Amino acid sequence: MAQHQVNYTQDGGLPVALTSVDKIVNWGRSNSLWAMTYGLACCGIEMMASGASRYDFDRFGTIFRASPRQSDLMIVAGTLTKKHAEFIKRLYDQMPEPRWVISMGSCANTGGMFNTYATVQGVDRIIPVDLYLPGCAPRPETLQYAVMMLQKKIRAEKAGKSQRQKRLV
Amino acid sequence: MRKYVPKDDVQKKPYYTDRYWVAPQVAKFDVESDEVFAADLATIKEKCEVIEAYIQVDQMVVIIKPTDNFTVAQILKDECAYNQLSEVGAMDWIAKQNQYEVFYQFLSMSKRKRVRIKCFLDVDQAVESLNPLYRSADWAEREMWDMSGVKVNNHPYMKRILMPDDWVGHPLLKTYPLQGDEAAAWYEVDRIFGKEARDVIGPENREPARVDRYDTERFGRLGHEIERGAEFKEDQAKTPLAYQEEGGVLIIKKFHEDDTVEITDRKR
Repeated sequence: MAQHQVNYTQDGGLPVALTSVDKIVNWGRSNSLWAMTYGLACCGIEMMASGASRYDFDRFGTIFRASPRQSDLMIVAGTLTKKHAEFIKRLYDQMPEPRWVISMGSCANTGGMFNTYATVQGVDRIIPVDLYLPGCAPRPETLQYAVMMLQKKIRAEKAGKSQRQKRLV
Repeated sequence: MRKYVPKDDVQKKPYYTDRYWVAPQVAKFDVESDEVFAADLATIKEKCEVIEAYIQVDQMVVIIKPTDNFTVAQILKDECAYNQLSEVGAMDWIAKQNQYEVFYQFLSMSKRKRVRIKCFLDVDQAVESLNPLYRSADWAEREMWDMSGVKVNNHPYMKRILMPDDWVGHPLLKTYPLQGDEAAAWYEVDRIFGKEARDVIGPENREPARVDRYDTERFGRLGHEIERGAEFKEDQAKTPLAYQEEGGVLIIKKFHEDDTVEITDRKR
């Protein structure tokens, strides 16, 4: 027992915060987005810069994980070749629900400058994408802005109910 | 202006006929002008037939029969001290003369000389692998097969190296479309979801993603947002950047754009 007198209701010291389940779950989800390291090309360099000390992704709770089983977010950073397409699908399937995907850069969005036979013309042909980030390559600030927009999107979702399955086919 | 030519059968025509400027050839010199090369060529001529030989950009180019490529490489390695095979490749002259051109680039570290051996190969003909002599031929010949479709005999592991194993066609052929044929266009869909998913996913969108600032239905400007579909104005008033919802987020400090400081002195 506290020996001193505390007026919980007046001093803002109430050790209880009232909120809804949706809000508290989404707050937790949106502030610890563990991203999978998915640097495929030069956008990967910008993604690494975002994670490093100057831009510091950790303060958003975004920590890069090397395993799909520990990550919530897949940042597809770079050109996806057709040979690699089946592996990105497999890694996406290995991520636990709920999961989100940011398509980073022109190549991941639409194939970009690689209008050729060997490049997938947009990763949304393979996996469902939540947020498209334009740029070639997007600067780290832009990627952080994209993650903040994704956090905003997550906060608007219904957390209590089971999430609608995101799938292409 | 270049003369207009109908491009109906452009796939059948090689690019170099009329569409682009043809660069003039680099000057060729007689092999006798360099005594090291002259001695090497004499050694080759003792055992093999040489169709043509000249010096171009300080390198000797020798054109031989395709059946002689292993013998010539052995001579170059054992007798002429060319101890490195730096490059192997093939060029597609099928439209012009129904042949491939296969070249081997050799380097002699002791002589500081480079030699290029060329041979012209019919489409259904195969070359002998140089893998027993030079290990670098292993991957280079696999790439030659993968990209150009030149067959190589007695290779230890004749398999595609760049493209997936179930790929159809050889992409560096001049008849291969840049944006891929039918099999290439649907490769990832067929591979992952199966052919029945083609209708669901749809064909590839090859149009460039154009951003139109006057199209306010589909595009918005960050910091200058207006109503969807409203008319675009050049001097649109600035709207504050909104990173969070109106009411703020639990525990997290709300971002106020007015409280931010713009740093102009970079050396501060």
